[in-house]
Amino acid sequence: MARTLTDDQGIKRYLVNLKVNGDTHTVMVKGNALLVNVLREELDLTGTKKGCELGDCGSCTVLLDGKPVNSCLVLAVEAEGSEITTIEGVARNENLDKLQESFVNNAAIQCGYCTPGMVLSAKALLTRNPHPSETEVREAISGNLCRCTGYVNIVKAVLAAAEQE
Amino acid sequence: MSQEYAVIGKSVPRNDGWDKVTGKAKYTGDLKFPNLLVGKILTSPHAHARILSIDTSEAEKLPGVKAVITHEDVPSVKYGISPARWDENIFCIDKVRFVGDKVAAVAAVDEETVYKALKLIKVEYEVLPAVFDPFEAMREDAPLVQEEYPRNINTEIHQNFGDVDKAFAEAYYVRTDRFKGQRTYQSPIEPHSAISHWDRDKLTIYSSTQSPHYFQYYIAREFGLPMGSVRVLKTHIGGGFGGKLEPTGLEFAGAALSKLTGRPVRMFYDRHDMFAHNRGRHAQFMELKTGVDKDGKILAVHANFVMDGGAYTSLGVASAYYAGALLTIPYEFDNYKFDMFRVNTNLPACGAQRGHGHPQPRFAFESHLDNIAQELGIDPVEIRLRNARKSQTTTLNEFKVETCALTEALEKARDLSNWREKKGKLTSGRGIGIGVGSFVSGAGYPIYRTDLPQASAVIKVNEDGSEVTLYSGSVDIGQGSDTVLCQMAAEAMGYLYEKIRIVSADTELAPHDFGAYASRQTLMSGAAVKQAGEEVKAQLLEISAPGMGVTAEELDCREGIIFVKANPEISRTFGEVAREFFVKKGPLVGRGVYHVPKLGGKFKGAAVGTSPAYSFAAQIAEVNIDEETGEVKIEEVWDVHDCGKVINPALLHAQVHGAFYMGMGESVWEQVLFDDKGRIINANLAEYRLPTALDMPRFHSDLVDTIDPNGPWGVKEVGEGATTPVMGCISNAITDAIGVRINSLPLSYEKVWRAIQERKKNKSGE
Repeated sequence: MARTLTDDQGIKRYLVNLKVNGDTHTVMVKGNALLVNVLREELDLTGTKKGCELGDCGSCTVLLDGKPVNSCLVLAVEAEGSEITTIEGVARNENLDKLQESFVNNAAIQCGYCTPGMVLSAKALLTRNPHPSETEVREAISGNLCRCTGYVNIVKAVLAAAEQE
Repeated sequence: MSQEYAVIGKSVPRNDGWDKVTGKAKYTGDLKFPNLLVGKILTSPHAHARILSIDTSEAEKLPGVKAVITHEDVPSVKYGISPARWDENIFCIDKVRFVGDKVAAVAAVDEETVYKALKLIKVEYEVLPAVFDPFEAMREDAPLVQEEYPRNINTEIHQNFGDVDKAFAEAYYVRTDRFKGQRTYQSPIEPHSAISHWDRDKLTIYSSTQSPHYFQYYIAREFGLPMGSVRVLKTHIGGGFGGKLEPTGLEFAGAALSKLTGRPVRMFYDRHDMFAHNRGRHAQFMELKTGVDKDGKILAVHANFVMDGGAYTSLGVASAYYAGALLTIPYEFDNYKFDMFRVNTNLPACGAQRGHGHPQPRFAFESHLDNIAQELGIDPVEIRLRNARKSQTTTLNEFKVETCALTEALEKARDLSNWREKKGKLTSGRGIGIGVGSFVSGAGYPIYRTDLPQASAVIKVNEDGSEVTLYSGSVDIGQGSDTVLCQMAAEAMGYLYEKIRIVSADTELAPHDFGAYASRQTLMSGAAVKQAGEEVKAQLLEISAPGMGVTAEELDCREGIIFVKANPEISRTFGEVAREFFVKKGPLVGRGVYHVPKLGGKFKGAAVGTSPAYSFAAQIAEVNIDEETGEVKIEEVWDVHDCGKVINPALLHAQVHGAFYMGMGESVWEQVLFDDKGRIINANLAEYRLPTALDMPRFHSDLVDTIDPNGPWGVKEVGEGATTPVMGCISNAITDAIGVRINSLPLSYEKVWRAIQERKKNKSGE
């Protein structure tokens, strides 16, 4: 359990070690701090988007030990001890992941607000199932809402990336 | 160099793709500033109530709170995006008019403190009777939402062209149908946000806006500032679809809070706030009466509509006019009557959603036309072919249509979908239907009266010619205008797309443009960019001609190489000549400006619906209905578009996909619902029911070619027009599948199931 400190108003704060994209960050958070807010505000990883804060839209998707989760539904204290991957951790230096490249090349991006979450959900899918069917792709991203693309080119991009395996 | 164009017509990757796919792209809510405060608006819990008192003292005492403001602390000048009906205040003064109306605002050090402070503001209300139904609102004894609109009639339209009564009397068949459209909301995935910083005499606002210009204009007016003292800009925008076109309380209250505190203030809407702010699609009640001859040729139409406008005008005057004005475009007929009442109710204000005012009337008309076709025993594709508009025609309400390939689009959609093999021959529960659509490529007139040009652009070539920057006031809200305009600039200059950067949507750094609405930017912003590019090119050819031993007329420039047209071996690079230009003459700059020629007739409302060019589309859908549950599965869709010269095919088809998707959602699932107190009961994306990847059918987007002389290189629009055929198309497919017409949107599983039960009952009773 994380070490705690109680401030002079009696509010308990937790010392949490978050392993994000391979680096460990030590942050002091309240018990109700959401992972999405800690990533965005404390660590400045604003690639993780906030679209609804209800777990409906999937814009805040991150990988927790490889599994996609809505980071608006995860407490920061719960994430201690897990490997967290955000969109900033997907590309290696200037080299895009093949999924990212496929999104760019297949016109799968419009406003881009859902894109980080989409890429991470698709990445989790391809890790566990390198050759998914179209239906499996649609199921895997069905928790990520996109208002621009009708998902047509997103599905195409994920399938094209899988082809490269 | 065999191809006609070097850069346009190619699916180059979008220039913001890298930033968006890596998470580097910053949206307004991602920005950080030193000393930033967080602000939020307190809204009304009542649909209609008099404000008796507001006590902010407890909120002000809360540690961390920096300012609490009400109507007493801000200008009381009324504003609104429709100049004819300014009816909104930054904060309500005497009464609130819907659940969600703006009452007060707080700025504090963090979000948690803001929410706590909002709860400490005490507002005493006297609850008034409220009205939620436009027909009830028009009764003499109904409560008035806005005192200045008797019977709550916000906009009243009566237009009459030709002789409708005579044509009905002479018609072979006259039919009346009534349809109902529902209230929907744009639901961009990025919530609205704005960061305002009033620093001495300069107000800077970063906003998730579709139009920095209109924001600048209205914010400057509200606070009595010269426009130059207000800078509005955006970073990336997470979708708009019409919902981010007008300034909101976030900008007005944020500016006031920033002035008071001297610190930047970040204001934001949560998902519920977005639904309450709304400005989405109006619910329309549509009665259509049409007379045809025995071949199904349309002789006369009477459109008699009522729309629920909600509490304020928003862009609703235009929505009301658009609802009727655009019905005359896809089909040719000579007699037309259009009556419309836009009525205020105690619900969130409605405005312009993708396809502005037109998709629901289009749904009604396409459904109505299918009913007529069925009665006359004419194939639905055939009746549309018989009525389809042709190029170089003028509509009865005086819109000049230079190019129209609707006939070709209908034929192509029919053939691609194998319509002839399917219509009337599908197995039980399956159906096929068709709808057409069209839209303006930019509105002929700006939203407020002004002689400003529609668009302008500046291109600056870097001193060594190795890069070029395009400055445009246009706004990329995700549709890809930054990419398309850079392609256009490269083509016009004879340069490379990859070497062009764009500075757009910033009232200080970029020259004027009205922004992203009415599907205007490819044509209008594009025209200005083309001119700016051509000016750069002309200057380069001019300066390099003497050294190349020819005149400028004998030279051309393409993909960064200036060459003698008769002998391309003789060439110089763009960069080398650009550098020479800078050394000899200073900055190499090209300028462009686009004014719409005067368009339209002289009758009241004649301006709405005018445009330099119109897009056309034919769309066919195949559906499968579960007769036991009413579940609608849209299986496959073929969309064929006439949208002029295509600058970027990949982005263009992506627009069609998204426009269809939004129309599909509105056809079957989406609807904003209220309880009997005017409170939204499904203000979230799950229960409002945005379609997911599992709902989208197999989709084919195809084109027919036109080159419209009124657009740069012949372009027309695609982004909004592609939403217009969808609801009618799906409605006709569902009707084909179940054998019964459902006259109200959305065509939900429940309504489909009930219609099937009704049909079975009637059949067994026969």
